[in-house]
Amino acid sequence: MLKNVSHHTIDVTGLNFSYPDGHQALQSVSLYVSPGEKVALVGPNGAGKSTLMLHLNGILRPSAGLVRVGGLQVTEHNLGKIRAWVGLVFQDPDDQLFSPTVFDDVAFGPLHMRLGAEEVRQRVRSALAAVHMSEYPERLSHHLSMGEKKRIAIATVLAMDPLILVLDEPTAGLDPRSRRSLIRLLAELPQTMLVASHDMHLVAELFHRMVIMDKGQIVADGVTESIMDDTDLLEAHGLESPCH
Amino acid sequence: MHVNLVDQYVRGTSTIHRLDTRVKVTATLLLILSVSLMPAGKWVAFAFLWAITLVLTAAAGIPIGSVLRRSLIALPFALAALTLLVTVPGPPLLELPRVGWTVSEPGLVRFASILLKSWLSVQIAIILAATTHLTDLLWALNSLHVPRLLIAIISFMYRYLFVLAGEGFRMARARQARSAAPAGSQSTGGNLAWRARVTGWMVGQLFLRSYERSERVYQAMAARGYRGQIRRLDPPPLSPRDLMLGALPVTAYAVILAAANWC
Amino acid sequence: MIGSILSALPLHIPDGFLTAPVALIGWLFVLLLIGWALRQTREQLGERQVPLMGILAAFIFAAQMLNFPVAGGTSGHMLGGALSAIVLGPWAAVLIMTCVVAVQALLFQDGGLLVLGWNILNMGVLTAFTGYFVYQGARKMLGNTRRAILIAGFVGGWLSVMVGAIATAVELAVSRTSPLGVALPAMAAVHSLIGIGEGLITAAALAFIAQTRPDLLRFSARPPATRSAGWVWGGLLIALVVTLFSPWASPSPDGLERVAEDQGFLAKGLDPLYQILPDYTVPLVKSEAGATILAGVVGVLLVFGIAYGVAWLRRARPSSS
Repeated sequence: MLKNVSHHTIDVTGLNFSYPDGHQALQSVSLYVSPGEKVALVGPNGAGKSTLMLHLNGILRPSAGLVRVGGLQVTEHNLGKIRAWVGLVFQDPDDQLFSPTVFDDVAFGPLHMRLGAEEVRQRVRSALAAVHMSEYPERLSHHLSMGEKKRIAIATVLAMDPLILVLDEPTAGLDPRSRRSLIRLLAELPQTMLVASHDMHLVAELFHRMVIMDKGQIVADGVTESIMDDTDLLEAHGLESPCH
Repeated sequence: MHVNLVDQYVRGTSTIHRLDTRVKVTATLLLILSVSLMPAGKWVAFAFLWAITLVLTAAAGIPIGSVLRRSLIALPFALAALTLLVTVPGPPLLELPRVGWTVSEPGLVRFASILLKSWLSVQIAIILAATTHLTDLLWALNSLHVPRLLIAIISFMYRYLFVLAGEGFRMARARQARSAAPAGSQSTGGNLAWRARVTGWMVGQLFLRSYERSERVYQAMAARGYRGQIRRLDPPPLSPRDLMLGALPVTAYAVILAAANWC
Repeated sequence: MIGSILSALPLHIPDGFLTAPVALIGWLFVLLLIGWALRQTREQLGERQVPLMGILAAFIFAAQMLNFPVAGGTSGHMLGGALSAIVLGPWAAVLIMTCVVAVQALLFQDGGLLVLGWNILNMGVLTAFTGYFVYQGARKMLGNTRRAILIAGFVGGWLSVMVGAIATAVELAVSRTSPLGVALPAMAAVHSLIGIGEGLITAAALAFIAQTRPDLLRFSARPPATRSAGWVWGGLLIALVVTLFSPWASPSPDGLERVAEDQGFLAKGLDPLYQILPDYTVPLVKSEAGATILAGVVGVLLVFGIAYGVAWLRRARPSSS
């Protein structure tokens, strides 16, 4: 499934970003994620996590600094490639699933990569199989449960055969059973992964490395276990250790 | 408040369900066109048309009772044609003494024919809606040269109808939950203008949420390679069998229409 | 009593109430307008066109379900053409309302399929352009205060429903389903009440948006001169409808009874339509339906000819002056 295995890195250096209204959302953010690594991104609401994620896919462009994905700088010219490499899964699956049927949604990415009809169908089949939803192509998106929507949302980017998955709050709004099965799914997937989450149990369970953001800056970056032990650091940024 | 968003779609595997959607849409429009071209007062012909419609309904496995109930939807509009009874000149049928109006026979024929046409057309439209998913319907319209962009917009609308109706419903319920009434009063407070204003605020709120959602959805599309072009898999070629099946009721209607015009 | 009339006389025309030629003319109009609206909104919104238009169409659909109790167990709700035109411009509103009205017909049989063209024109195109231009005009006169937004929004909303209702009456009259002398005053009277709800909701929604996201109202604040094409097209459209019904609207409405008794009214009323081409009726087409469609087609060609002429003149002017 994975091509260019040696290139799926995320490399952000000195990234600054201000919204048109002047609000500075990111301040000299630097982050390197090596191939196959799974990294958690935590921090309070408004810390700039989502803004950072939108940069990895070229939806937002840096005011200053460099964003490189798989060794390629994110530019207008590279956008087609970058968007196929980086699978961005939004927090609200109702934003991610914009087509009436599951098939249409999963086929959207491959179709816009201009793949042939048979290849598109094959990609939809294998993406749905990867999230254990093979029975669902004909279903209407608005009839799905939250857990099902989250899985299909992941399938919509898997169908593009990405090297890197970037997920925003994958477990938000899920009941315990759906959450558990989603965590199992994330553990199965081989891609390089950057996952934003408030779910500290998820972070502790699945990620060896975590990054804390606050007020547009990276304030901590290291081994999850040792950061989770530093309760002063966590409290200073409005976070809680899962042990409490 | 009641969210009436139940699709007319009835799950099924009948021949009509499986018929090529392009054929179904074209046939539906042709059938309704024939109904609208029917001359007034040809009751036998109308009866034949209705019989064919009933056969189609039964063949599609749609409960006839529900179709008949649903077909009354256009009835209130009959008010708009009511004046025909007294404005079309002709032999008087009935005098309304107090107002001095005369119901004429041709007036009654015209009025009844309009109602019949409307009633038949709704039944035909129901057969289409009950055997076809809107999603299939939309892309069939693309083959009939409805602009692709318009179809894409409508399919977005269909997808988010349920999301936004849900948001609207929750807002209305929250309003209801806070609409206290003084003891012994039936009114839930405020005059008409105030009630309309509260609804206006809710509409404004819903607009902002929709607007902001459209921005996020655009980002989700762009993230998957959308650059302004709507791409779809090509539909399978039309089968001659489907064409023939679709032509059957259309021909029957056309024959009845011709007979009604000449006899 | 009022309530039962309110809910009984909607603007969704079912199939059967307009003759086939009239219905097809509606389609002709609407297909041209939709093509133009798609081009205009693509220029205005770019790649965001599809998601924004689609989701806002869903918004209008959902907003139409937000009822508020009026009286006697009935409830009012918004149509939405004026509001969307005021916030997003008339062409975006045309697209949005087209989607709403089309889905109502396809999914819920609210309004016929053959007459869908006219339903889109009445509830989408006319409400959008009326709401937009009335709002713009009123804002010009009243200035940039919160009160001005409220008044302009109310008048725009109210008039948009009125124009839609009047157009419906004219279409019914041309189809000989209801004489204009009856349909016009009846539709106008009923919708002058329905329009109050539309006006109040439109004004309140605008006030809410102006307060929370004033940046979104920038479209309506932009001087209209930059979009002269929109003005020309919209103006022509309204002009067309006004000319269609003005010959009948001038005689004093003497009340339903007297007009209904006047049995020659209908024939008289149809005369002006044929006066566009006085003597084609006899030699060319014998049937009334044929005459109607021919008159319609000629009318459409005429209007579009004028439209192109005006557009050309406007384009030529800067270079000549």
